[in-house]
Formats: sequence, structure tokens, C-alpha cells
Amino acid sequence: MASMSNALIRSWDFTHFSPLVAGIFHTVARLGGLGHVAVKFGKAFRLKFTVISTSLKKESEAINKFGADSFLVSSNPAQLKGITRAEVLPAKTNLFFTLPFSKQIQYSDPVQDLIVLIPITEHNKEGNMALAFDEFGRPFIILKEQEHKTRLRGLDAQKANISAGKAVARILRTSLGPKGMDKMLQSPDGDVTITNDGATILEQMDVDNQIAKLMVELSRSQDYEIGDGTTGVVVMAGALLEQAEKLLERGIHPIRIAEGYEMASRISFEHLERIAHKFEFEATNIEPLIQTCMTTLSSKIVNRCKRSLAEIAVKAVLAVADLERKDVNLDLVKVEGKVGGKLEDTELIYGIVVDKDMSHPQMPKQIEDAKIAILTCPFEPPKPKTKHKVDIDTVDKFQTLRQQEQQYFDDMVQKCKDVGATLVICQWGFDDEANHLLMHRNLPAVRWVGGVELELIAIATGGRIVPRFQELTPEKLGRAGLVREKSFGTTKDRMIYIEHCANSRAVTIFIRGGNKMIIEETKRSVHDALCVARNLIRNKSIVYGGGSAEISCSLAAEAAADKYPGVEQYAIRAFADALDAIPMALAENSGLQPIETLSAVKSQQIKENNPFCGIDCNDVGTNDMCEQNVFESLIGKQQQILLATQVVKMILKIDDVIAPSEY
Amino acid sequence: MAVDKLFKDEATEEKGERARMASFIGAMAIADLVKTTLGPKGMDKILQSTGRGHSVTVTNDGATILKSLHIDNPAAKVLVDISKVQDDEVGDGTTSVVVLAGELLREAEKLVNSKIHPMTIISGYRMAAEAARNALLEKVVDNKQDAEKFNADLIKIAMTTLSSKILSQDKEHFAKLAVDAVMRLKGSTNLESIQIIKKPGGSLKDSFLDEGFILDKKIGVGQPKRIENAKILVANTAMDTDKVKIYGARVRVDSMAKVAEIEGAEKEKMREKVQKIINHGINCFVNRQLIYNFPEELFADSGVLAIEHADFDGIERLALVTGGEIASTFDNPESVKLGHCKLIEEIMIGEDKLIHFSGVQMGQACTIVLRGASPHMLDEAERSLHDALCVLSQTVNDSRVLLGGGWPEMVMAKAVDELARRTPGKRSHAIEAFSRALAAIPTTIADNAGLDSAELIAQLRAEHQKEESSAGIDVISGLVGNMAELGISESFKVKQAVLLSATEAAEMILRVDEIITCAPRQREDRM
Repeated sequence: MASMSNALIRSWDFTHFSPLVAGIFHTVARLGGLGHVAVKFGKAFRLKFTVISTSLKKESEAINKFGADSFLVSSNPAQLKGITRAEVLPAKTNLFFTLPFSKQIQYSDPVQDLIVLIPITEHNKEGNMALAFDEFGRPFIILKEQEHKTRLRGLDAQKANISAGKAVARILRTSLGPKGMDKMLQSPDGDVTITNDGATILEQMDVDNQIAKLMVELSRSQDYEIGDGTTGVVVMAGALLEQAEKLLERGIHPIRIAEGYEMASRISFEHLERIAHKFEFEATNIEPLIQTCMTTLSSKIVNRCKRSLAEIAVKAVLAVADLERKDVNLDLVKVEGKVGGKLEDTELIYGIVVDKDMSHPQMPKQIEDAKIAILTCPFEPPKPKTKHKVDIDTVDKFQTLRQQEQQYFDDMVQKCKDVGATLVICQWGFDDEANHLLMHRNLPAVRWVGGVELELIAIATGGRIVPRFQELTPEKLGRAGLVREKSFGTTKDRMIYIEHCANSRAVTIFIRGGNKMIIEETKRSVHDALCVARNLIRNKSIVYGGGSAEISCSLAAEAAADKYPGVEQYAIRAFADALDAIPMALAENSGLQPIETLSAVKSQQIKENNPFCGIDCNDVGTNDMCEQNVFESLIGKQQQILLATQVVKMILKIDDVIAPSEY
Repeated sequence: MAVDKLFKDEATEEKGERARMASFIGAMAIADLVKTTLGPKGMDKILQSTGRGHSVTVTNDGATILKSLHIDNPAAKVLVDISKVQDDEVGDGTTSVVVLAGELLREAEKLVNSKIHPMTIISGYRMAAEAARNALLEKVVDNKQDAEKFNADLIKIAMTTLSSKILSQDKEHFAKLAVDAVMRLKGSTNLESIQIIKKPGGSLKDSFLDEGFILDKKIGVGQPKRIENAKILVANTAMDTDKVKIYGARVRVDSMAKVAEIEGAEKEKMREKVQKIINHGINCFVNRQLIYNFPEELFADSGVLAIEHADFDGIERLALVTGGEIASTFDNPESVKLGHCKLIEEIMIGEDKLIHFSGVQMGQACTIVLRGASPHMLDEAERSLHDALCVLSQTVNDSRVLLGGGWPEMVMAKAVDELARRTPGKRSHAIEAFSRALAAIPTTIADNAGLDSAELIAQLRAEHQKEESSAGIDVISGLVGNMAELGISESFKVKQAVLLSATEAAEMILRVDEIITCAPRQREDRM
């Protein structure tokens, strides 16, 4: 009983905040038990009350004894007509009911004299109250706790948002750098992913908080745009938020902070361009590119063979790159993985690998100088899209139909043969008969090849995808120097290699590794490396890694800050401090003393006027990233700063969070 | 103000020490689970399925045990995964790889507790793994050139693999059987062409390798039970009613007479088809799909042996053995390759009649008939034999061979220890730990055999300080023995795979400092 009273008292506590509109009935009642307490409280707050009960007998008691304003009998629909709506949330079903009032009564009918009628006010119309029944079947009101309210305003909103953003950044912080740790993520289906790729972690994290979702978006857009630095951008945003919080506490208006950040990011952006190096490579000298990819790969679990993977990635990108237009279509690089073997067995194949086998076990396993027919029509009798029926009513018809069918299969295979194809790759399945005919005519075939793969094969072999047998012509065939089937391991695992293609512009990176998770992680790492190589081909500028660029920018921002009059100055300094967070995290993750190391490197940069000094994560012995060959692409770094600033600005500008309430 | 809710409802997050502890404990629990099955005196496990019938499996194959477990711990899943890959890739060492990974993590836990950073441990482990692999590479024996010696090696490897299994009583017999079967493959790793038929009854000793091919089917009634110089057509075609495949076709008749006519036409068509098949000049017809009574009768009339419903693998294998092709159309009899064999006859194994094809052209495929007291035993025997076959087929390709009985681990441990002494810095602790983890494998073998492991390992280590030692644990006598003399060998490829994937898995788990578990997807049928 005490708890029920509490609930009730809380309910008044709550409604009393709201601007009460005269004329709306605020009520509770269950006379004799708890209801009268409510009525008395209500009267004390000068609310108007209606008591609803199933029994007429209680009328006088309600009005005279407890001072209710009116009395309604729930069994009389006419009386209830005036009250249009009541909202009650049955706690047990977790459903939000908005019922016509009369139905509401029915709902609680089994409990003899009901009731609770909650008035609709500004605040509780979102459904912050709930009607529940205690163990004796008595109803009482549950109010959502104050802090669970879904609305936050003013400074509170900003602080809550900032702390959410920081929480996300904190998770990723330890993954930064060559000595960063991995995260283990278990999906709703129980699959395990182990990764330290920021974008992947955030995507699989199942985040619910609105601001956290913004951070996830941030990392994703860095991934789409650049493909690398997804962790860095989030850590950076987290640091910016942290600094902003301090400024907010000092009473600086969020918009001013945002503006200051904007200026600082412009300063850094330009400064990066100044310290960037043009970076020369040609198709013959790919060493610099490989070095850059190695920087990217060194933070992943595959850093054991980063050299060979970097080479593979660079060669793959160069194979598909259009150096004149400075464009790289990464769709042409297929990354395929197969469990088993060692990471060292990973190879680059100038061609396509398809995870399929020949449709008939006795077809030849190796075809040289293959002419490939790429089909998207099944080797089956046609299925017209219009509805039709073929009626068989005589023996003749039965036999002709049968012959036609055979003729049809024959024709299909013959057509492929006629145009000179020596291999058929088909998106659909084959009928047994067709399969044997193909085999019989010595025409190897692969079935159920996916659409994307089919396109790649078409690009690689210079063939055309043919949707109908009738359209098959010799010019539409693709050409490949060698097609072979290769088997792996002890199980019946086979793959088809299509190599020496007419157009070597499509390549496959074929990854081997000890287990599924390693393969998945390698795929992601290779993807990052590919993106980095692509970015360098698009824009040849590089900056040095190991936090050196951030430290240099931080110094530049710090120096520039004094020139700005006004409060923004503080924000620019804060921005400089936030930039330090990245080298700091790098040092921390590498097991170095973060503050000592950072200050040493910083003073070295100023003393030697050398913007290439960074954190020596791998304990090589020099701080000069130029010597260590640790590069990052300029656009990647610029993008990081821009994106992080943008998101932080957005978060700072929010001063009111209204989220739909959930139950 | 703390953010009290970042994740969705039931998602959980474990951080730092707790995350590491959760994964270490999960991984070690899995390792301890299979630990007792390691070695020749390892024990078996009974697995009862939760499915209908609660079927029971008795096994000591690591991969089989782990595959059947429902595991929630993500780190444990990593271990299950490596064991599965080991099974797919080399077929044996599925227990060792998990035990080694578990030991590596156990050692790592101690190091982490003494405040060594996981990344330092990883770099130490990597160096150690490299050193260990090199040590093995130095000691391998490759007898590829000498066929006789190589054959002896294979038999030794097979015996070593089988000695930890249910077949250990008859390991000589089965080792020979497995080696014969694998040698027939001529270097291919496709174990599909070795067929294993299980027939309850008799004893394990009665199992045999048949050079021909045995099809677990019956010969149709009234057809010849014995054919010499058989010409075989292997087919995959419908022998019931041949459906019209043109879309939308249907039969519409208006009188009973018409029905009869169409039925007649159908029959006629089937008769034609059968005739076409017979025109190939065959005396045996094997089809993947059902053969109905009517065509069967036709075949019987013309003295052709018709076998129906051989499963797809059987058909493929049969085509492989007899050299025929799998046919689905029969219009060009002259160009269809027929299979040949000297003799087809019905034989009895136990109570069952089987069809035996002997004197086949292509000697690649063969059949192993396993006999044994109960289906459980046969299942386990099949798994054991499969392990042996896998290892052998891998060894045929990569003929490097090592000694067994804990010898490779001791060789590796020694090399790793030396490396530790040479390495400056904190990494040397990790390297030392790696060597301890390696030594845990012979320790476990000894423990499982009920021997005094501490004493034995110490002796073994001393023994290995001598140059060119070939000492290992002789589980039978319970002493340190000479593995070369005892003829206990293992395949290099298996050992290497164990070493590399265990290190890789340990590394992966060590790198984790946070576990985020999403709420399990709600499944309605699970209530």
C-alpha cells in the first residue's frame, strides 16, 4: 500500500508541474482504498475531480466526504459520453492504448470499481504514465522516472550529448595506431567479429543513443569517402567534444565554440596543405605506394605480412587504375577469401576467381584460350511471362511437344557451340538434360554465378552479357588465356580461376587464412589499403603519420589563436588541444608515457622546425616519420579534420533533444 | 552526467581486464574440455544431441566434439573455428590445435597479470612461432625419392594418427588399409573417391579395402546377378514418367479412351527411351534417379542389369572408377563414353547384399568396408579413418615427415628457449611462455596416459639437450623412448598447421580489449 501511495504522490508531483487547464478532469478514484488519498491530494492542489465507480452507492461518499467535484457511474455509457478520451498504459502488455473512454472501462471491468482516469495534459500525452495492477488486482499509476524523460533542454542537452559522443570515442580510442587493440563483437545471431577497424566496430555495435548514432555515421562517411582513418576521425571528434565541454562549463556559448572550431579547422586544413609533400611514383616505381599501404596495414592483425599484402594491394590498384584520368574503380578489384592455408598464401590473381565448380563433374578442369559465353538465361525451356497453357489432348501433340522440347535443348547448346564458345558461364541453373548435352558436346559450363561476378567476368574477359540465346554472336564472347578449377583442402572445395584475360583490368585478391575471422579482418584491412592506394593515385599529396601531422596542426592552431579577437580564441586553443589527443592516444596505446612523449615530440617539432616528428610507436628509435616511412594521404587527413569538426558543430548546436518515448 | 544507455536494450559491453578475462576463461574452458582426449591414451566423450531422438555420438575427435557444442563465449568460438579449419585443411590435429591455443592463452594470462602489455606478448609469440617453425623445418625428413621408405613413413604416420583412436587395437591393419587407399589416389587430395561403407556386424578386424567399387544397392528382380566384361552406362535421367519440361504444358482430355491413348504414348516413349539406352550396347545401367517397374521390366527382358537410385556421390564415383560419363540424353550412342569393368556381381557382407564392381579400368577409387559391433563404433571408426586418410593424402603431397610422441614439441620448445635467451627486452618473457605452452602438449599426453608427467618431461628435456635426439614419450612403456625406433611419425604439414593456427588464434584473442555483445535475436520457436 505504501508503494502505491508513493506512486500516486509521484504522479501528483509530476502533474503539478504542468500548466493545469481548468475544466479538465483530473482524477483518481477507488474510494475506500487508495482513491480517497488521491482525491484529497488532488483537492489540496486545487484540481477538479471526478470519481468514477461501478457502484452508485459511493456517490455521496465521494462528493460529501472527500470533496470530489462530480461522480460518474461507469456502467452508464450516457454519463461517460462527455469524457472523450483517457489514456492508460497497461503496464503488462507494454502497449500504448488510446481508447475511447467507454472501452477503457471495459478493459478494467474485471477489477470491480475502477478507477484511474488520467487527464490529458501537455506532459503526459506522450504516455509517461502507466496503469498497473498490484498483486491484489488494484490499479495504481506508474509514472516514468524523472530522468527517463525523453526531453532534455539547454546545457543539460549539450552535456548529455557530449558525454554520449565521448563514450563512443572512448571505445575506439584503444584501437588507434599500430599497437591498438581489437574489439570482439558478437552479433545478434552469435557470429563473432574481431576487428580494429573503426567503421566496422561502430556499425556492428548496435548503438541506441542518438548522438552515438551520429558518431557511427561520421565513421561511415569517412569510410565511404576515404576508406581509412575511420577510427581516427571518431577519436578526434571525441576529443573536440571533450574540450567543448570544458568551454561550456566556463560559460562560453556553444555557437561561439562551434565557430571557433570552424576557424581552427580551416587553419589546420591549410596548414596540412603546406606541410604536405608531393609524392612521386610511377607504374615502374611503386615502392612509395607500398610504404603508405604498409602504414595502413600495420595497425591491423595482419601486420605480420604487411609487406606482401601492401604489394598485393598496390599492384591490384595499379592494375585497375586509370592513371591519366587519375581514377580508380575499386569495384574491379574483387576480394575473395577462403578459409585454410596461411596468410602468406594470399595472392593477387590477374583475373577472376569464382567460388563455383563445373556443372558436370566430368567436364574438363582446365581450358586454355577459352572463349566464354556469358549468359543470363537458364538452360531450360522458356518460361514466357504471360500466363499460358499448353493443352495436350492427343497422342500426336504429346509426341510433338516432346520432340520440340528435345529440339529446344539441342538448339540452345548448338547455338553456344556455333558461335565458338568453349566455356559457358550462366547465371542460372541447368536442366539435367542440358547439362549432359553440354558435357557431351564438350562444352564446359559453370552455373549459378552471381550477378556481380558475372559482370566482373564480362569486364575482365571483354565479353558481353547475353540475355538470350538468339543474341549470341562470336563478338560477344569473352576471352581468357586460362580457366582452371582448383580444389582446396580435404573437403570438396573447388574454385574456378579465370586468368590471362583479354582485359586485365579486373583483378582478384584471394585471401587465405587460418580461420574465418582472420579472413574477414584481412578483407577489411585489404580494403583499407586499397582505398589508401586509390587516394594517392587521385591526389599525390601525402602527410606524415604517427601523429606528426596532428601535432604540427596543433602548433599552427595554437599560434594562430592569439590573432583572433573574441571568445573564439579559446575555442581555437581548445581545438589545438583536441588535436593532441590523437598522438596522445597513439603513445598511450604503444605503452609510452603519453604526456611526456607528446611534449618531447612537440618541443622537437618547434626546435627543429620539422613537422615530421611523430610518436615512435614501434620503438624504431627515431621520431622522424620521414625516416620511418610512415605516410598518410593528405585528403584522408583533411577529411578527418573536416568531418570531425562538422559533426562536433552539429552536436554543439543541439539544445533540445526530443526522442519518442519507448517502452 | 554519465550516459547510462549507449547500446540497445540487451547489448552488453565488457572492457579491458574483464573482457580479457572473459575471453581467456572461455578459451581455456574449451581447451580443457578437449584436453583429456589428447594422445594415445586420451579418453572419449559422449555427445548427446538435443534434437529429436537424442542421438548419441562417442568420439575423441576434437573437431567433432567442438562442432557439436553450443557455445556462447565469443573467444571460445574462435577456438572452435580453428579446430574446424584444421579439420577441413589437414584433417588431423584438431585437438592439438585447440589445446595449444588454450595453453598459449593460459601463459599469456599469467604475463598479463604480471603487467606485460598484450602487444608485447603478441610480438614475442610471433618470434617464437617463427623460430619453432624453423626448428621443425631443420629436422624434417623427406623420403619422397625413396618410394619404399616413404611408404614406411606413411604407414608410421597412419599408425600414429590411428593410435589415439578407437582403431588403435588394429592400427597395423587399418594403417595399411589407409595407405593403400591413399596411394591409389596418385597424389590427388580428393577423398571423395575413397568410399567408406559401414556395415554393423563382425569385428573391426574384418574391415577390408576393396580395389573395385561397391555400391550399396540391390540388383533388380529377374536381372542377371553376375556380368562379366560389363559395359556400364552411368546416367542421371528420369526413369519414371518423363515430364514435359515446357512450361505450362498440361494434359487435357475429354474421354477415358484418350487417357488410355496418352498413357499408351507415354509407355511407348519410355519404351523408346529404354531401347535407346539398350542400343548403347550395354549390359549394365546405373541411374541416379528412380527406375520404375515398367522400364525395369524392359531392362530385365533384354538382359540388362539396371540399378536405380544410386546417390549422387555414388554416381560420380562410379563414373570415375569405370571411366564412363554421366549421361542424361541418349540420342548419340556412338559418342557416349561407356564405363567398363571385368565383373559385376552381387556379394554379401554380413546380412546385406551389395553390388560389387571389380576389375575396373581406372584404379583411382576404391572402397573401404568397415565392420564393427555397433553403429556408434562404426561412426567413430569412420571418423578415425577419415582423419588418417586426410593426413596421408596431405603427406603424399607434402612428403616432409617428423617424429611424433611429443618430439616435435620438445624440438620447438628447445629452439624457442634458445631464442628467449638471445632476445633482449620484455618480449623474452613471452617467448619463454611460448616454450612452456609447447611443452604442455607432451605433458598432457603423459598425464592422459596416467604417467608422471613432471618427471617424464624433465627427462625428455634433458634428453633433447643432446644433439640429434629422437626422444619422445613412449606411452606404452611409460618411459622416454626413441621415437625413430618405435616408428612414431607425424606429418610436417599437420604440425605446422597446428603451430600457425594456434598462434594466430591466441594472437587474435589477446588483441581484444573489449567485447560488445548484441542482444540475441529473438526467436519465437525457441520458447
